[in-house]
Amino acid sequence: MQIGQVIGTVVSTQKHRTFEGAKLLLVQPLAMDDTPRGAPLLAVDGVGAGVHEKVLIVLEGRAAGEALGRKAAPVDAAIVGIIDTVTISG
Amino acid sequence: MQLARVIGDVVTTRKDENLVGIKLLVVQPLTPDHQPVGRPLVAVDAVGAGVGEEVFFVRGKEASFPFYPAEPPVDAGIVGIVDHWDVE
Repeated sequence: MQIGQVIGTVVSTQKHRTFEGAKLLLVQPLAMDDTPRGAPLLAVDGVGAGVHEKVLIVLEGRAAGEALGRKAAPVDAAIVGIIDTVTISG
Repeated sequence: MQLARVIGDVVTTRKDENLVGIKLLVVQPLTPDHQPVGRPLVAVDAVGAGVGEEVFFVRGKEASFPFYPAEPPVDAGIVGIVDHWDVE
């Protein structure tokens, strides 16, 4: 999984039926020191995240579909947790 | 699977219900000569690993298999703690 920050919301009317009712968010992946890393991506939200929140994102198709609660959903990224803290001590 | 060192942990309160009770750790992938390689990532823990330990982890949906029949939405999981390794 990766850490990211929600930076926006995405609205789509015409979409695959498995996206009906799903919330799509724009997420900026972060390095462990919270600096932006790579291009922002779209993730489905499985936990009720909001803009500015730091989140745990899964970047794998079947796992993302699992978070959405739907089999064979054409997704490759999902938010599966809202992060309270990350502690790097090793 | 890949070698890594556990370098931290992640705490989440609100999360997918299938993640409840599962420990989340930050792992830094390692080369066979114990040097960091690539970016750190978050992995679920299936073996009771802790910070500072050298482990091996699996990527992909297979990371959820240790928790079967639960199917947590995860893409990386620690599946072994390494005692030592040798390169010849």
